Amino acid sequence: MSEQEQEFSGSDVQKKFLYLNRRAPYGTIYALESLEVVLIGAAFDQDVSLAFLDDGVYQLLKGQDTKAIGMKNFSPTYRALGDYEVTKLYVEKESLEERGLSIDDLMEITYEDEDDDWAEKPSIQLVNRSEFAAIMAAQDVILSF
Amino acid sequence: MKIGILVSEGPFTHQASDSAYQFVKAALEKGHEIFRVFFYNDGVNNGTRLTVPPQDERNIQSNWTELAEKHNLDLVVCIAAAQRRGILDENEAKRQGKDADNIAPGFRISGLGQLIETGIESDRLVVFGD
Repeated sequence: MSEQEQEFSGSDVQKKFLYLNRRAPYGTIYALESLEVVLIGAAFDQDVSLAFLDDGVYQLLKGQDTKAIGMKNFSPTYRALGDYEVTKLYVEKESLEERGLSIDDLMEITYEDEDDDWAEKPSIQLVNRSEFAAIMAAQDVILSF
Repeated sequence: MKIGILVSEGPFTHQASDSAYQFVKAALEKGHEIFRVFFYNDGVNNGTRLTVPPQDERNIQSNWTELAEKHNLDLVVCIAAAQRRGILDENEAKRQGKDADNIAPGFRISGLGQLIETGIESDRLVVFGD
């Protein structure tokens, strides 16, 4: 077995997974099925981040109401991500601004930091486009939806 | 190199599945290992044996099936995405009380954990989507 195979075959391998969300929550199924991967993936004890850019920022809008289109409003699930230890939600600043939005238009999503006496902290971090490039470059696995 | 593949679009409407197929074939020819090909979103539609494209066109499903047989590839269709879109194997058809199944030879149905495992176990995960 090569050194590389040994490195990846152990159950204690931890990789950096980034879920890249670029589309509006409704109109296509990508946002919902991305979230389903995140929830299942949370059981694997990896280093998980979510990124929201382009129309993907609409996924985190507060006050979503889907009654008129007959679809399930799955937005409350984002607020539960902290319970799955998914605590890094990067939102691209320029994508918000280009759509006339600010962080105040987004849901309040928090997690309890076990390393800081379970203090409640915001999961959403605003990052600009150039910072995003660095975040993406640091990942092992990027799943784009 | 050990490579994992994610196909997230169905056949014909998008080129994603064709590109993934060509990529996998080329990678195998170069001596790389394909850990698994995972089909998600509309990508699960690549795994129905009931597609009947015109005879002068490529048959994407049978391309995958033949490649899997030749190289012992692991082609996995996501169960949750498959159920939404009517892709069933014999067991699932029975379990859901449906009168038929349609999974193509060489494909198997399993959970999303297989995608995460592909990300963990592969040196690179290559995504083919829209």
